[in-house]
Amino acid sequence: MRVTAPSRPPSAATRGRARPRGRQALLGWLYATPTAVFVVALFAVPLLLVIRMSVSRWPLLTGNQGINAPDNFVKAVNHRFFTDSVVFTVKYTVLATVLLLALGLGLALLVQESSRWNNLLRASFLIPSALGLASASLLFYVLYSPYASPLAPVLDRLGITFLGSPTAALISTTFLIVWRYAGFYMVLMLVGLQGIPADVYEAARADGASRWQTFRKITLPLLRPTLALTTVLCVTGSLLAFEQFYILTKGGPDNSTITVVQLIYMVAFQGQNDLGVAAALSLIVLLALVLINALQLRAFRSEES
Amino acid sequence: MRKTLGRRTALRSLAGVLVAALTVGAAACSSDDGGTSAAEAGPNGVDDGSELTLWTRAPLEKQAKLLVDAYNAGHKNKVKLTVVPNDDYVAKVGAAAGSDGLPDLFAADIVYVPNWVQQGLFQDLSANIDGLSFKDSINKGHLSAGTVDGKEHVLPFVLDLSMLFWNKQLFKEAGLDPEKAPATLEEYAAAAKAVQASKKDGVYGTAAGLNCGGCLVFTWFPSIWAAGGEVLSEDGKESKLADDTAQKVYSTWNDLWKSGAVLPASAGETGPTWTAPFTEGKVGLMLYPATLLSSTPFDVGVAPIPGPTGGGSTFVGGDGLGVSKDSKKAAQAWNFLSWMMSEDAQVGVLAKNKDVVSRADLANNKYAAEDPRLVTINEAAGKGDTPVALNFQQAFNAPNSPWLTLVRNRVLNGSGDLQKDNGEITAVLKQ
Repeated sequence: MRVTAPSRPPSAATRGRARPRGRQALLGWLYATPTAVFVVALFAVPLLLVIRMSVSRWPLLTGNQGINAPDNFVKAVNHRFFTDSVVFTVKYTVLATVLLLALGLGLALLVQESSRWNNLLRASFLIPSALGLASASLLFYVLYSPYASPLAPVLDRLGITFLGSPTAALISTTFLIVWRYAGFYMVLMLVGLQGIPADVYEAARADGASRWQTFRKITLPLLRPTLALTTVLCVTGSLLAFEQFYILTKGGPDNSTITVVQLIYMVAFQGQNDLGVAAALSLIVLLALVLINALQLRAFRSEES
Repeated sequence: MRKTLGRRTALRSLAGVLVAALTVGAAACSSDDGGTSAAEAGPNGVDDGSELTLWTRAPLEKQAKLLVDAYNAGHKNKVKLTVVPNDDYVAKVGAAAGSDGLPDLFAADIVYVPNWVQQGLFQDLSANIDGLSFKDSINKGHLSAGTVDGKEHVLPFVLDLSMLFWNKQLFKEAGLDPEKAPATLEEYAAAAKAVQASKKDGVYGTAAGLNCGGCLVFTWFPSIWAAGGEVLSEDGKESKLADDTAQKVYSTWNDLWKSGAVLPASAGETGPTWTAPFTEGKVGLMLYPATLLSSTPFDVGVAPIPGPTGGGSTFVGGDGLGVSKDSKKAAQAWNFLSWMMSEDAQVGVLAKNKDVVSRADLANNKYAAEDPRLVTINEAAGKGDTPVALNFQQAFNAPNSPWLTLVRNRVLNGSGDLQKDNGEITAVLKQ
């Protein structure tokens, strides 16, 4: 959002060059305007609105009823599902991130070597990414349904359900996410892997490094920027998980799978119908995300230097 | 320095443009061209070729379509119907209400009507409704749900009653009398176990939406009413769901669940497919919505929902329909509403489709005469109940409602403290 022009050297501040520079600045602003307009209209204005909502009494059906700060924040933190949802979201994020990054890297290493089945493998890992998350969730909803699923007779005989118990629901949803996103992270990892120069590997081989040593001492360190990117993407995405749980579990069974974003939706539209408290929750999530991402970036950067 | 100034001016002018745009938008919204109110338009409203918009939710799509098509065929006004998925309906209405963009007519789940009327989403129709000669025979539950401070705001759009349905074929195969309804909840459980015991592949005794607060309200409250119990206090601020009668209902279902006569998928059923097992003939008997009578392809018996020791009652659910606060065509909208209550619509459209009529004086119509089950349903409509509470959605229908916690604790998990769970419901109702 901020445009930083290179600072003008003092010697250049002569009258003769002032005009073209002025025009240049104007041109710069012109170039930046489309982006700036979008950022203001689609990010800054909604953000200001959310901040205003969070300090106002704002029922869904009647609109703004005036300032009531800090009631909404108190109500948000004291909500009977606040702690549960934070704990569950963190649990889910750790599970999803570890699985997705490990699998993404593993798949990338698998399809990196050129072999006959390469293209087929790459395509089959990537295809689920072409499906929208909501569509994928619906697909799995049917697949998991003990009533409509083609697996129903088998499930019935074995006496297991996919979404029936809290643990099963968490595992089933994580499976869906891994199925949907592993290919995507594989591509990111693949790009990172292919950015590592071949001569480094050659040198390692010449020095007689084992496969494991090459992976530990060369691949992983040189992959750090990619790992940073994928971790940030994956953690942020998982913390904001919504569609998959909304469609598959609706927070159940027994309120065991409520994520933070789902809590926001529930407060806003399913019963409490209080946009003020929902906005307060959103702000809390936003601050947490900013903090978590700053920490992550710093962690990756400090190890780099 | 100059540069910062430039940036500031640019931001300032940008802000100016935004403010201007917002003001224009706001002005466009508030431009008000009046329109006649419903009361001024006379008993039948105005039929002048206006286009009216109507929103309803997906479970009542069939009935809404039939009514709208029949109206459009015979009137100059044209009604444009929008059907919204059940789970998104409140969010959509809320967003529209906030931006003054509600359609001319919109339906509301009757349990939400008291809240929405209080929030001022519907126009006052007292003068028109009082003018109807058959006002006294309009379904009481629906009419009173939409009455706040003595002013009536909604009319029954579609009545959806919960009834006991049983599959006669499966009853026969289980050695039960296919013409006789279980008279008590105990007999209901015994029948379910008998069907289960016939050990047909994929067939279960009964089913229920055990992870769906709305389904449980709709199907289990009548058992409590049938025994003379109450579910809520008079003012809708206190839950009575820990009373003896309610406890008997939970324990009967807990026993049924433990015996394995309930479809296992019921435990996770959040609502979308809660009626499907019965419709497909895989369940012996079920507490089921009467609106689905016409789409049940095999021979079924229908009876009021029994209490633990007998009696019979029903949940008078469905949707109420009213004119929205944002409608500029109230007179035309009233034309639709008054037609909807007429004999043409009630008998010619609803009864013909085996649906419940919302006027008691039309209960014995020619279609009902052909199918005695319709008489049973129509009669139950008069004896049933509609609970009224402002925070009904949060306390009962929401996916994480305390009511759902209570039922699941009682019936599935066999854990939890009933008084504490019931206290949670009361706490939400009191908010």
